[in-house]
Amino acid sequence: MNLNALWEYANPKKFIRTTERVLPWVSVLSVVALVVGLIWGFFFTPDDYRQGSTVKIIYLHVPAALMAINTWLMMLITSLIWIVRRHHVSALAARAAAPVGAVMTVIALATGAIWGQPMWGTWWAWDPRLTSFLILFLFYLGYMALWEAIENDDTAADLTSVLCLVGSVFALLSRYAVNFWNQGLHQGASLSLDKEENVADVFYWPLLVCIAGFVLLFIALVLLRTRTEIRARRMRALLARERMR
Amino acid sequence: MPELGKYAVEVLSSYAVSIALLAVLVGLSLWRSRRVRAQLEEVEERVRRDGQD
Repeated sequence: MNLNALWEYANPKKFIRTTERVLPWVSVLSVVALVVGLIWGFFFTPDDYRQGSTVKIIYLHVPAALMAINTWLMMLITSLIWIVRRHHVSALAARAAAPVGAVMTVIALATGAIWGQPMWGTWWAWDPRLTSFLILFLFYLGYMALWEAIENDDTAADLTSVLCLVGSVFALLSRYAVNFWNQGLHQGASLSLDKEENVADVFYWPLLVCIAGFVLLFIALVLLRTRTEIRARRMRALLARERMR
Repeated sequence: MPELGKYAVEVLSSYAVSIALLAVLVGLSLWRSRRVRAQLEEVEERVRRDGQD
């Protein structure tokens, strides 16, 4: 595979043309995966022997939490591409992803609080994972506010990229907080590449389908929103040119 | 409808909150996409027209 060919998509016109074809497929697949996964998990899985029916919250909480962290990591990669190669599409993709990540973080926090109340006896605790997630959410808000606050697109992209680098510390902490500080209420990772799974098979497969649905939804939304940001940037440039005449 | 027992409120409210948030996110993204596209077409048309004058 020629990796250099990837840079062709940094051309806004090429990006818009390609995503025009890809977007409908990704959107349909995301809806199918979400509907199948959520119906499977909600209607056709048993209650957990300890957590009762609250285990059904896992199909929303875990995928949303995964996406909350991984959206920031995607923003980190695209911000680094902006800093190194100055491709506008990458900076705009990071901008487009931020609201998606923020919503995923809110879903993870809200479902976690609703799940935590009956299981832990409290909606909230200053537990390492919960606290790092809250800070990650504040970083999302700060990142979006910074884009809105600066008129010049390139300056905004520079400053938000730096903020993204700083916030990456909290994105990683959100993921590994339980391992770093062996305390707090939150359990370890439900899914992990490096050790035995902590979820029984009966919950595992519908959970994987839900995760696939969330990932595909994320891709669809980021493609759609990046196209919008590219058009909005072109419009601002045309209006600025018009004002200078 | 599965039997959710004493945790019905927690489970159903989790689903309601999450689906509502996702629906708002998708709805706003589509709405803004259409609006910006229409505005850009308008501006491009105006620039083309002004360029011909």
